[in-house]
Amino acid sequence: MKADDSRIATIDVLYFARLREVFGRERERVELPGGVQDVASLTAWLRSRGEPWERELASGKPVRVAVNQDMAAPATPVGNGDEVAFFPPVTGG
Amino acid sequence: MVVRVQTADFDAGAEMAAMRRGNSKIGAIASFVGVVRDLNEGADVAEMTLEHYPGMTEKALEEIVGEAKARWEIYDALVVHRVGTLRPADQIVLVVVASAHRGEAFEACEFLMDYLKTRAPFWKKEKNPEGGRWVEARTADEAAADRWS
Repeated sequence: MKADDSRIATIDVLYFARLREVFGRERERVELPGGVQDVASLTAWLRSRGEPWERELASGKPVRVAVNQDMAAPATPVGNGDEVAFFPPVTGG
Repeated sequence: MVVRVQTADFDAGAEMAAMRRGNSKIGAIASFVGVVRDLNEGADVAEMTLEHYPGMTEKALEEIVGEAKARWEIYDALVVHRVGTLRPADQIVLVVVASAHRGEAFEACEFLMDYLKTRAPFWKKEKNPEGGRWVEARTADEAAADRWS
């Protein structure tokens, strides 16, 4: 890894179930955009990329978020190296 | 206290026998087995696929088992959840709880299932004659889990 890379903050964004199908991917590594510091601001940034994110992550949609494999809330912090997963309400059992 | 996520089927009797042999103080063992139905919300289900979030699934189940252990005096607990493709009449999930008396075992077993259904990252997709359909979460499951809070 080059010395400069350490200054670029990245996160891994994972999608499961219906969201994985709609977004056509199960994960992506994104450079942490300026101003993104928690789940709410990350979700807003993803929505700003346009469809289908805009529609699927609209407020009021039943989307759950986990940060580093723990269920998260809108105010949960997101930072360099984090794994953030978006998925529908769970239906196991 | 063990949680397992696997594609293979399970043998509830063998699991209970193993648990019983492990501790002679056990006086009660309660178990629950979830099974695939051939009909859901009016649609014929030919098969279903269970997806999960490797890593988080095990972590979530362990946390749920830990919470049961903190709430009730139980000696042992086991959660086995299958993933992959399942067909009607196949077993999906097994919960086994051992305690000194039946009250704790019954309650902890029901608690584990209620929390598992609302907190563990599994998703079901049903295949029926019309195509595929992601199963939607039921508000009744949320209400069942809320009873314990």
